[in-house]
Amino acid sequence: MSEIGAPAPALELRDTGGELRALPEPESAPATVVVWTCNHCPYALAWHGRIVDAARDYGDRGVRFLAVNSNDSDRYPADSPEAMRERVERENWPFPYLWDETQEAARAWGARVTPHLFVLDRDRRLAYEGAPDADHRDPSQNAAWLRAALDAVLAGSEPEPPSTEPVGCSVKWKS
Amino acid sequence: MQRAGLDPETIEEREMLVDGDAERERFYGSPTIRVDGRDIAAPETNPIGLTCRVYRLRDGRISALPDPADVADALRAAIEGGDER
Repeated sequence: MSEIGAPAPALELRDTGGELRALPEPESAPATVVVWTCNHCPYALAWHGRIVDAARDYGDRGVRFLAVNSNDSDRYPADSPEAMRERVERENWPFPYLWDETQEAARAWGARVTPHLFVLDRDRRLAYEGAPDADHRDPSQNAAWLRAALDAVLAGSEPEPPSTEPVGCSVKWKS
Repeated sequence: MQRAGLDPETIEEREMLVDGDAERERFYGSPTIRVDGRDIAAPETNPIGLTCRVYRLRDGRISALPDPADVADALRAAIEGGDER
């Protein structure tokens, strides 16, 4: 992935409804969150609700959220596009869930684990990358690092810290 | 283990390197903890494979690690020779 402050790579993937989602988008958002996630990783599952809550809380401020799954679904059927679609519908996700079948997006962005968050500013420059908060087992953390990063970007300042160590399951690369 | 009066040095770690290892060992993801060969938790929806294992803590939260109370119970049951798990 680019360094903090550098432009984020382009992204063009289909969501679970078949719609093409892209970065940069025609109308820029004041902040964009791209989160690599998946359906079977305990870290991704544990943090998911907090990320959803943040998406709902920041949605009315124009913040855009995109989730991406890059795992090899041949070896991990729980991460298949069908399973992604079922989950989005069952859980009523407030943001698109994109399938990175070729894993090119994960490589371009440097996604290493699930979840791995990237927060972009209005100019689509990387402002924060890392984990949502300090402990996947503690819901009271409430995605504090993600929220602090978004607050900083929306205020026109730089998140502090700009990066944390992402914690989770490794992206399941194709062999 | 020390709290249960057992020697942690007796822990045997097995690394699963390829899919065949996971299938042969019926490995439901990392970490899988067995006491005297018995899994400390039901595999639930975890598939066999090289992946992280999803645990449910006793309060319902999802975790990458088992509830310490489940580990303690498994050790206690093994020590007592019970079959209640």
